Amino acid sequence: MASGRSNFSIRHQPGFTTVAVLCFALLYLPIVTLVVFAFNAGRSVAIWEGFSLRWFEAAWNNERVIEASIRSVQIASVAAVVATIAATMAALATTRTRPYRGLTFKYAFINQPLMIPEIVTAVALLIVFARIKVATGYSGLGYLIVAHTAFCIPFAYLPIRARLESMDLTLETAAADLYATPWKVFTRVTLPLLWPGIIAGLMLAFVISLDDVVITEFVKSGGQDTLPTYMLGQLRRLVTPEMNAISTVFLLISILIVTVFFFISRRST
Amino acid sequence: MPETPERNAIEVRGVSKVFGFGPDKVVALDDVHVAIRENEFFTLLGPSGCGKTTLLRLIAGFDFPTDGEILLHGQDIAPLPPHKRPVNTVFQSYALFPHLTVAKNISFGLEMLGRPKDEVDARVDEMLKLVRMEELRNRSTAQISGGQQQRVALARALAPQPKVLLLDEPLSALDYKLRKEMQIELKRLQHETGITFIFVTHDQEEALTMSARIAVMSAGNILQIGSPEAIYDRPAVRFVADFIGETNFLEGSIEERAAGGARVRISSGAVIDASVAEGFQPSGRVTVVVRPEHARLSAEGGQLAGRLSNIVYFGTDTHFHVELDGGGEFIVRRQNARDDRGTARIGDPVSIVIGAGAAQVLRD
Repeated sequence: MASGRSNFSIRHQPGFTTVAVLCFALLYLPIVTLVVFAFNAGRSVAIWEGFSLRWFEAAWNNERVIEASIRSVQIASVAAVVATIAATMAALATTRTRPYRGLTFKYAFINQPLMIPEIVTAVALLIVFARIKVATGYSGLGYLIVAHTAFCIPFAYLPIRARLESMDLTLETAAADLYATPWKVFTRVTLPLLWPGIIAGLMLAFVISLDDVVITEFVKSGGQDTLPTYMLGQLRRLVTPEMNAISTVFLLISILIVTVFFFISRRST
Repeated sequence: MPETPERNAIEVRGVSKVFGFGPDKVVALDDVHVAIRENEFFTLLGPSGCGKTTLLRLIAGFDFPTDGEILLHGQDIAPLPPHKRPVNTVFQSYALFPHLTVAKNISFGLEMLGRPKDEVDARVDEMLKLVRMEELRNRSTAQISGGQQQRVALARALAPQPKVLLLDEPLSALDYKLRKEMQIELKRLQHETGITFIFVTHDQEEALTMSARIAVMSAGNILQIGSPEAIYDRPAVRFVADFIGETNFLEGSIEERAAGGARVRISSGAVIDASVAEGFQPSGRVTVVVRPEHARLSAEGGQLAGRLSNIVYFGTDTHFHVELDGGGEFIVRRQNARDDRGTARIGDPVSIVIGAGAAQVLRD
């Protein structure tokens, strides 16, 4: 880029720095505060009374926290895997054809959960699942898994589709030319090249499922709290640094996953 | 071996390919017939969009003909998918598998054919040696140069010992020097392996230097099939003369017909004896073509007269542009010799002598 003095520079606009600093402060200060008070020795989330790991210990010994965490991971694992498989198939189907009338509509159809307000989906699922619960008598985790799978699909779909679109189709032609059957073309060429996209989609779906509150809150039966809904329930009653401690661990896990995601996508480019 | 000295490796019979429907339909190939002999270096030559790559893709099985048959050693392969055809392709973009090493790229076809491991290993070694890439066998294909990628693509396509090797403009991504080297390399590989090569290019020089025979294509049709000499010296139609090499075109009308030739009066009034392509009965207005190197300049006594308008020096030869009396331009090419610089100056009146048999009357 040429950088002559006459060029427009956003940095020299009045107020730019102020706005930028303000945005970052609003984004990160609350999180920093939350993390700091996770280590508070007292019961307050606002008054510092010394350093302690007691709230982490409390959370670790809280059976309901552990139970909710395990449930969250169970739902997220199953939902992410199923959603990624579905998203991979959807991505293959929407990129391996010549563009046709209605393709954009199909993209929109697949990405529906990104566009319809979550609360609408949540209410709709609540009503439908309530009927099914009455009819079948089943009230297990299945409903949550199905719901999570559905809204995870577009998040898994996007990186996989991006990967497929940047893939040279001649490679598949070349494999077929070298005596690979359609199945071998897929397993020996398409899948290995698609792998970084699939991993990225899987992790994104996992994080999105782990994080969900609205749909889970509406769909869950009694005693099916996930970690986020458990935390929400606790905050309504009593706020202690235990919530800060749980959130801090949650944050660390997310950062870890995003970091892995970053390295995988960087290695593949 | 049965005594069939000129068995056909590939026979294309009445093949047409139409893309799209209704008003959007494009006829990429229009009733094409061609027979390619065994162990031949055969080139499909033509401008982009002439259908040469489509024909190659039909032979490889990446597309299926709308009409017609494609025979491989006498057997119709048109309905077979690509993985069932003993035909391999070198792609314009090489299409090397980026997640596999050089050696794994080369062994891919053999592994897909289910060959035993020691046979695969031996063949990969042989191929690496053939294309002189032994040291780079464990490299990733992203870590090697364009010329090396080209060699890997060749080795990969040759490794399964296909009946026919298809090459889709494989040299177009290389720089001039490397391209020249690879032209010779390809000829050597064809000679050493004895595999039939079908080479697609838009580069006439590449076609002339490498091929045993050339098919010149335009707008979905094959216009002429013949040896490089035949294509260059005896073009069948005006397009071929124009597309391959440089040519002078003279408009005129038939004065008199003779056996295998005609006397043509060109627009400036001069009269030229020209040969006529076989099976062509010219009448009325015709075009006469003369290659620039088949004519020479002289002070007087030539068939055409004019004034020297430009002299262009090319190192190996010099082009003399002559403004003809009565209109039109004519180019004469002369090979440069060390002690013969010539004394012609721009503006000099000159006479052009057309060599015997050099002028030809062509069909449009």
